[in-house]
Amino acid sequence: MREMVSNSADLTLKEEKVVGPWKVAWRTFRKSKSALIGSALVLFFIALAIFGPFIAPEGINEQKLQDPTLRLAPPSSEYWFGTDDFGRDIFSRVVYGARISLAVGFLSVILSIVVGSFLGVIAGYYGRWLDTIISRIFDIMLAFPSILLAIAIVSILGPSLQNALIAIAIINIPNFGRLIRSKVLSVKEEEYIVAAKAIGMKDSRILYRHILPNSFSPVIVQGTLAIATAIIEAAALSFLGLGAEAPQPEWGKMLSDARVHLMTAPWTMIFPGVAIMLTVLGFNLMGDGLRDALDPKMKN
Amino acid sequence: MLRYIGKRILQLIPVLLGMTFVVFLIIRAIPGDPAQVILGQQATEESIKALREKLGLDQPWYIQYFDYLKGLLTGDLGESLRTRQPISTEIWPYLAATIELAIFAMILAVIIGMNAGIISAWFQNSWFDYIAMVIALIGVSMPIFWLGLMEQWAFSIELHWLPTSGREEVRNPVEAITHFYLIDTLIQGRLDQFWIAVKHLILPGVALATIPMAIIARMTRSSMLEVLRSDYIRTARAKGQKMSKVIYKHALKNALIPIITIIGLQTGLLLGGAILTETIFSWPGIGRYIYEAIGYRDYTVIQSGILIVAFMFVMINLFVDLLYSVIDSRIKYN
Repeated sequence: MREMVSNSADLTLKEEKVVGPWKVAWRTFRKSKSALIGSALVLFFIALAIFGPFIAPEGINEQKLQDPTLRLAPPSSEYWFGTDDFGRDIFSRVVYGARISLAVGFLSVILSIVVGSFLGVIAGYYGRWLDTIISRIFDIMLAFPSILLAIAIVSILGPSLQNALIAIAIINIPNFGRLIRSKVLSVKEEEYIVAAKAIGMKDSRILYRHILPNSFSPVIVQGTLAIATAIIEAAALSFLGLGAEAPQPEWGKMLSDARVHLMTAPWTMIFPGVAIMLTVLGFNLMGDGLRDALDPKMKN
Repeated sequence: MLRYIGKRILQLIPVLLGMTFVVFLIIRAIPGDPAQVILGQQATEESIKALREKLGLDQPWYIQYFDYLKGLLTGDLGESLRTRQPISTEIWPYLAATIELAIFAMILAVIIGMNAGIISAWFQNSWFDYIAMVIALIGVSMPIFWLGLMEQWAFSIELHWLPTSGREEVRNPVEAITHFYLIDTLIQGRLDQFWIAVKHLILPGVALATIPMAIIARMTRSSMLEVLRSDYIRTARAKGQKMSKVIYKHALKNALIPIITIIGLQTGLLLGGAILTETIFSWPGIGRYIYEAIGYRDYTVIQSGILIVAFMFVMINLFVDLLYSVIDSRIKYN
């Protein structure tokens, strides 16, 4: 009898064991094979970016012009990805390129999140004319195909990698702004916010303590997917001659330089392209996995 | 319905005005003296002054903007700084080339994407489903400019199946009437040239179609899966109806709305992708027109090119909005 009592006590204890929302999300995420493959790819490229100098056998601009056999040399055991028209090792350049692409991806998205959240919170929380103005500006920005708006911004600021980063950050602001605004609008009317206001809590504290943490998971999901797009957009701008400049080993720039050697040395364009695709694929898979885990309602 | 259309068009006015203002800023926001930047370091004082006057940069900005708007309303897009031709007449052949390529790509994307999605949904978890969805996933992550280069390498340089670039054979040019070459060659009864034009369309068309194709396939699959689970489909299947009839007569109709939304959105986005595709394939479209203008610092062309593409983008989105309110009568117009 005593045994039975203790067993039932155990059961109630187990039932009461609370599993936090992050743990639930992690369990869902862990179950998805594609999310794990995506995360592995992302981690791989992050490692490449951090440990690049230890992995790459050569620097980014070590030219071997004096030896013609080392110019546009096909892949070999010595030069895994072959060499380009200056005799530079493409493998080393692709490895270093991870640094640039990931930096542009992360920094531009962080910038968009910061500015977008700021504008979104103002629009959503204070409403009225501020909301009208900010929302209209977002509408106008979204009325342009994004790469076109980026081209317009870079043609104003002048072509460089830094300006490409700024352009990409700007074109992504409305996406985050709208996301945060809608979240603020839905949270604002909750009873606990009304209560917080009633006890005289300051606006800034309400925003910081209650509203922003509630918008955290959709921003993470959107942010991960936005890094994928940002990497492609940066490569596209560099490809068009509006981003990275020589001799920066940016993948898009490498592709644009490789175009003239399409007939004679296809390896010069195969590897940088594969690198872009795998990085973007990684972030897309991870983003999809995060969405299913953190915010299942966002699916489709 | 008419009231709804009117309301949607009215809502567009501030967006269009904002768009023109952003485009107007492209020249005015250049740091330093725009005329100096456009003409370069070697420009003489007189030529800079002349350009400043020509662009109206010596006027206050609101007068400049007002003049710009007035010009736009009368169809005046300004003059190219390089060719000195009015942009409104110069732009049409480029625009037609882009529209032809975009329609071709979209037809490709819709036919292949939707059917792949349907088959994947019907044979869920089969090897076809698995392979199709992996391809779709890779397609979404593919930089189209790289895909374009790979296509050129594989199908033109290695296999010699299709032309590398351009829209026509240099030695056998198409006599342009509408500037839509598929139509022009048919009007003239030149089937040989029609076939050449189609061959030129395939590689850039596939490159441009890849991302929308992948997205349409994923969307069709998930939308069809939802519908296929419903009772009336089970009834239709239980009655022993043919698979094609169940899919195309019963299921697809109800799965169509989200698919059409995605198709519309993707058509708009295609215009952005066209810039990259056209650059790779030397396709003489509006994307290439803008790209070349960037190289020549021909800012009036950059301005007008971007405005025209953005205008088309907004119009396509409006059309899609209206279209699915027609298809789905449950959407209320107010």
